[in-house]
Amino acid sequence: MKEISGAQILLEVLQEQGVEVIFGYPGGAVINLYDHLPEYSCRHFLVRHEQAAVHAADGYARATGKTGVALVTSGPGATNTVTGLATASMDSIPMVVFTGQVPTPLIGNDAFQEADIVGITRPCTKHNFLVKRVEDLERIINEAFHIAGSGRPGPVLVDLPKDVIAGKCRKRKVAKTSLKGYNPNYTGHPGQIQRAVKVILKARKPVFYVGGGVVLADAAAKLTALARALKIPVTTTLMGLGAFPEDDQLSLGMLGMHGTYRANMAVTESDVLVAFGARFDDRVTGRIDTFAADAKIIHVDIDPTSISKNVDVDIPIVGDVGDVLDKMLELIEGSARETETAAGGHDEWLSEVEHWRNLHKLSYEQNEIIKPQFVVEKIGELTQDDNPIVSTEVGQNQMWAAQFFTFTKPRSWLTSGGLGTMGYGLPAAMGAQVAFPERLVIDIAGDGSIQMNSQELATVVQYNLPVKVIILNNGYLGMVRQWQELFFNKHYSSTTMNHAPDFVKLAEAYGALGLRATKPDEVEPVLKQAFTHPGPVVVDIVVAAEENVYPMVPAGEAISNMLLV
Amino acid sequence: MKHVISVLVENEFGVLSRIASLFSGRGFNIESLTVAETEDKTISSMTIVTRGDDNIIEQITKQLNKLINVIKVVELTESVQMAREMVLLKFAVNSGPKRLELLRLVEVYHGRVLELGARSLIVELTGERAKIEAALDVLAPFAIKDMSRTGMVALARDSHKN
Repeated sequence: MKEISGAQILLEVLQEQGVEVIFGYPGGAVINLYDHLPEYSCRHFLVRHEQAAVHAADGYARATGKTGVALVTSGPGATNTVTGLATASMDSIPMVVFTGQVPTPLIGNDAFQEADIVGITRPCTKHNFLVKRVEDLERIINEAFHIAGSGRPGPVLVDLPKDVIAGKCRKRKVAKTSLKGYNPNYTGHPGQIQRAVKVILKARKPVFYVGGGVVLADAAAKLTALARALKIPVTTTLMGLGAFPEDDQLSLGMLGMHGTYRANMAVTESDVLVAFGARFDDRVTGRIDTFAADAKIIHVDIDPTSISKNVDVDIPIVGDVGDVLDKMLELIEGSARETETAAGGHDEWLSEVEHWRNLHKLSYEQNEIIKPQFVVEKIGELTQDDNPIVSTEVGQNQMWAAQFFTFTKPRSWLTSGGLGTMGYGLPAAMGAQVAFPERLVIDIAGDGSIQMNSQELATVVQYNLPVKVIILNNGYLGMVRQWQELFFNKHYSSTTMNHAPDFVKLAEAYGALGLRATKPDEVEPVLKQAFTHPGPVVVDIVVAAEENVYPMVPAGEAISNMLLV
Repeated sequence: MKHVISVLVENEFGVLSRIASLFSGRGFNIESLTVAETEDKTISSMTIVTRGDDNIIEQITKQLNKLINVIKVVELTESVQMAREMVLLKFAVNSGPKRLELLRLVEVYHGRVLELGARSLIVELTGERAKIEAALDVLAPFAIKDMSRTGMVALARDSHKN
């Protein structure tokens, strides 16, 4: 076998890994790689900012379940990936990011466009590598993909010094990747699972609390089957939306700070709380000592560090949530009579939940000014047969989307849950649209967030990615303004966005279609036009300026303590 | 409570920094940390002394295990650990009765004199942490000019009475 360059080795390994799409931005340190790129089958999408490359790879990964790939240059190219990596890290998204680096002899010399990106990204990646010799390149890339996609997934960064990708060696098909210190446990302990099922079968007021782990493990169908067999109500976290169909009677909707009244009440009153692939985040639990205080807690998670981190767990089960659900389903099938009795015994509990549902529904009043909730509901109504993918920015737009859109399928919801990254939605939508060119992909945005990565309109126009950006334009950084209204005597310090661009003209300047609605009866026609337009669209919807997201649990309070209007 | 954690890691650059940043990023304490190669050159051994309640120690152990370069984590409780620490001390003492007294005390703690100069001497002490602390208390009045401590190294005993 003849010697080939590091650049070629990298591109061949990507091909072997089944990588079809790279989001990237070239620069001096990766020019050798870009030189060879056209010889390979991977499609490269040129973004307009490296942060967007990482979010696009993230959106692609969330929508497909595959590992997303981004490629950037050294120095500023590399540092621009940090927000994207931290976003993916907090939400456990599989991704490999390649960064250029100055040649190895120059490392540490403060060379032009040098950054210690491995040092910088250590805390916001699952793992990272600096490749020092071209001979190690193939093994390291394979390890990177192995680490990113297995166990609790996460982003991995591979730093590539210019002399390593220019250097030559023989490529050999590396044997199966194995790492001494990394061996995630997929199989749930049968004894623990048995104990858990016993407790679940005896519960009078059980609740399933479902997180993003169920989506990541592609276990939504199993979870749904278990909940339905036992008639147990299900609440999902922001990350878990889509893991259980929200049009099912058993759905409680989202829980936590902006959760539904019935979800927060049900969790508070539950006697058994089963967490599947969720991590008891502070936005979910509120004041921790009051969270499901009377419940036995069963926690299923692939990451042992998630268990008993924030709350004490009665029955921990470390393993792949899909494997654990399989075993639970097997056990309840094996004890059909007990299952039936348990399911039948939940009627009283379900009617209590129904009472909470009717007591305080998610609601808003639509008058002569467009309400943002109305827009989200309309989006849902107009697209219910289209199986759309919805991304969001961060803030009020994100919460209204989470509350008023009815999620029925996993991997159709792209939102930055853990890190809360404004500017995530458009590039993430772009990534999902690349994966699914035929599907409707909608970014529900705010007038603040969209400006954090609006340069990507150029990318979506260039590649004709027909993403629909729906801006809920209230002229404020709405969520911060809401906090200022409620907790800081309406002191709207630096939250007024009265110098935004004309978003219709902005869209047109990039070559996209720009539309606007200012009255309630314009919303439907404008959305219809947007959804049927073959290319990318920006819809500027002027909504009520000081509308708030309710319910709201003030930070640090018990989740049963909700502000309702 | 003080805890001793023994960690086997891959002997690669950056591993120490991963461990240190794990502790700082998550607000855990490091009281001391020692690291050196083992008989297998690809593996290093670390001994970390830290403080925290049981929950914190559990989190520390799990978080360490989660690092890709960490091969094995063992919490060494006092009953199963063999632990030692070394300190080098430099005293500014001229020959005379004070020096004689110092040398006697050093002997009590099984210390060794490494260098004997006209106006100073360097002493090595090895032992369990409690012994080192006690020795330092006793030796403090002798004008310690300079000091360097290794921090604890520890191994699990193979057998122990319980």
